Amino acid sequence: MQRLGGVVILMQQSINKKVLDNISYLVGSAETIEGMSKVAAKEPFDESVVDFLSNVSKRLMRSSEAQVYPDIITLGFWMRKTSIIKLRDRFSCDDSNLHLGRGIVLHIAPSNVPVNYAYSLVSGLLTGNANIVRIPSKDFPQVEIINRAIKETLEEFVEMKAYICLVRYDRDQKVNDFLSAIADVRIIWGGDATIEEIRKSPLSSRAGEVTFADRYSLAVIDSDKYIEIENKAKVAEDFYNDTYLTDQNACTSPRIVVWTGSCITKAKDLFWIHLHEVVLKKYTFQPIQGINKITSAYLMAVHADKVKIKQNGDNLIVRVQITEIIDDLMDMKDNSGYFFEYDCHEILELYNLCNDKKCQTIGYIGDKDMFIPLIKSGIKGIDRIVPVGQTMDFDLIWDGYNLSERLTRTISIL
Amino acid sequence: MEFEEIIDISPYSLEKEDKKKILTKRLVELTIYHKEHCDEYKRILESIGYNSCIVTSYKELPFLPVRLFKELSLKSVPQEKIVKTMTSSGTSGQAVSKIFLDKKTSSNQQKAMVKIVSDFTGSSRMPMIIIDCPSVVKDRAMFSARGAGILGFSIFGTRKMYALDDDMRLDVEGLKEFLNKFQGQKILLFGFTFMIWQHFYKELRQLKKEGITFDLSNGILIHGGGWKKLVNESVSPKEFHNCLKDMCGLDKIHDYYGMVEQTGCIYMQCECGHLHASIFSDVITRRPTDFSECDFGERGIIQVVSTIPESYPGHSLITEDEGIILGEDDCPCGRKGKYFKIIGRLKNAEIRGCSDTYAAKYK
Repeated sequence: MQRLGGVVILMQQSINKKVLDNISYLVGSAETIEGMSKVAAKEPFDESVVDFLSNVSKRLMRSSEAQVYPDIITLGFWMRKTSIIKLRDRFSCDDSNLHLGRGIVLHIAPSNVPVNYAYSLVSGLLTGNANIVRIPSKDFPQVEIINRAIKETLEEFVEMKAYICLVRYDRDQKVNDFLSAIADVRIIWGGDATIEEIRKSPLSSRAGEVTFADRYSLAVIDSDKYIEIENKAKVAEDFYNDTYLTDQNACTSPRIVVWTGSCITKAKDLFWIHLHEVVLKKYTFQPIQGINKITSAYLMAVHADKVKIKQNGDNLIVRVQITEIIDDLMDMKDNSGYFFEYDCHEILELYNLCNDKKCQTIGYIGDKDMFIPLIKSGIKGIDRIVPVGQTMDFDLIWDGYNLSERLTRTISIL
Repeated sequence: MEFEEIIDISPYSLEKEDKKKILTKRLVELTIYHKEHCDEYKRILESIGYNSCIVTSYKELPFLPVRLFKELSLKSVPQEKIVKTMTSSGTSGQAVSKIFLDKKTSSNQQKAMVKIVSDFTGSSRMPMIIIDCPSVVKDRAMFSARGAGILGFSIFGTRKMYALDDDMRLDVEGLKEFLNKFQGQKILLFGFTFMIWQHFYKELRQLKKEGITFDLSNGILIHGGGWKKLVNESVSPKEFHNCLKDMCGLDKIHDYYGMVEQTGCIYMQCECGHLHASIFSDVITRRPTDFSECDFGERGIIQVVSTIPESYPGHSLITEDEGIILGEDDCPCGRKGKYFKIIGRLKNAEIRGCSDTYAAKYK
């Protein structure tokens, strides 16, 4: 019997070997994955990890290549020792329990955002785990620059090699099956269809999962507060970064701008004029986008009553003013500078919009306390309320999940 | 203004000022008409604050994106007046445009087409070879763009033959017989550009190796449907023409630009290789960023206007094609009106953001 078992194990190993051959390795190798189940989990914010990340950060911040990519610089800044220490102070649990990484985290990163995979990886490392990250299939220069920094740093921090494996592979259920089976936590970025696809591969019974599904977001601007702001160009830059920087297609990008307060008309005029200046300067407009946006706007005009379409003389910004937040509003959304606009007199008018589980972030200008009654009304959506300009800022609490908790085990010691 | 007032004017006879007057009058009236008869169209005009009183030229009229006809069923006549529904040739799974025609619009489409094509082929009908298979036109109530093109052009044929069978194989014997029968006569050939290349030219090339040749030097070929697939095969319009000429003596070859959303108003290619707008319609090129009108020679998105559509609000449309207006009223071929060329379809947008590209890519 024992011998037979040995044969089965051998067969299993050769199957695994074949599966691992379908993967291309950007950092690490098949051996890294094969060895991962034996790697010791670390305590969250372990010094070796903090030092490693701070070294990667330094390389990124120093790299002349990286300077042209604001997303790399933002990442580098977030990984600096001082900001990691701040995270540690916020997320270390001051209880009598011990905390450890859960083991192996499998990250399925979004394929069309260059640096998300790195945030996901860093979250996995900070929480003490070994990480397999499926990185974007598209050849982003950012990916190459970041990976190089990681590789170089790994030559100095050899001990960390066992914790990082960055891979690419085509749709391949066998690879998904294999990697999911060894994962203790699976993080899936990307839309509902990707989640559905990856979920065809079972996790082991103790494993957990974090899914970042299709979400939509909104901006709420108090017109009185906006009028008071002196530097309106800065607000426009911030809002641009929240939206156009990702073609207004990230889950965090506001699809609707909700106006409150007493000088909405004046505030709107100023806001969109300032935004228009930034978009004109920075955005790479693709010819089809104008057609796409007016198509969506006209469909909305047919679908809902009393719709008004506003443009600032060109196709860079298309605003669709609505007088009622209809239930299927977000089925009518578009991207690349397509905004619903709504004048709100009472915050609970947003109840239906925010009562949807798909509703994620409110970017706001004004007093954040105005949302308390909305949240306390028991809505099912809204996981983040952040100032305009910070909707994309990554944190260990993301999309309603506390990653520092999700990616660790708590060992209770009485 | 009725379409009947335009149809009797020779299609390439008007200078631009005269044409502008007619188009503006007719198209402003059509805009008002559709606003009154198509609720969806009315809502769209209201959403952009359209006011017909301040319009001085048809160029200022609103235009609908052609994609709207895929998403909505737009009509300006009651359902019981619809005699034909035309659909665009979308690949399976894709949404197709639905264009609703009543008797009048359908008949006006045909009248305009006769006027336009006769200007190139002469007014008499002639034996006709359709380079396609007969099954494309079977369902008469539901026309695909291909079927509509074939039926539209069929009115120029006295005796007709389909050169391909339903497996898209060339009917060699049938073709021989047909050409023998009408030896010495002018023959009209019609088909879609890619099909002609794939299933006609390539087959003739093969037959030539076996010593079988055809003489089509009396033929006049009209073809449309776009160049996308041939561009992929690196076949230029010039090469297309030269190859056909070498293979079977065919030298009178006219490409045309048209779409199911504005059937009838096709844009025929003249002897100088330019596509021409007739007085029944016009093309305007627009800058993508603000839809302002391009200068002649400047690449832009094609807007098409047509004086025909009464049963659906399709008299002013923005396409997803790019082109260049080359000039107006002064083409060496002698025809008045704008002449232009098509560059091709606009590229799909590449969009960032955390969406479903992983799954979508492999669907």
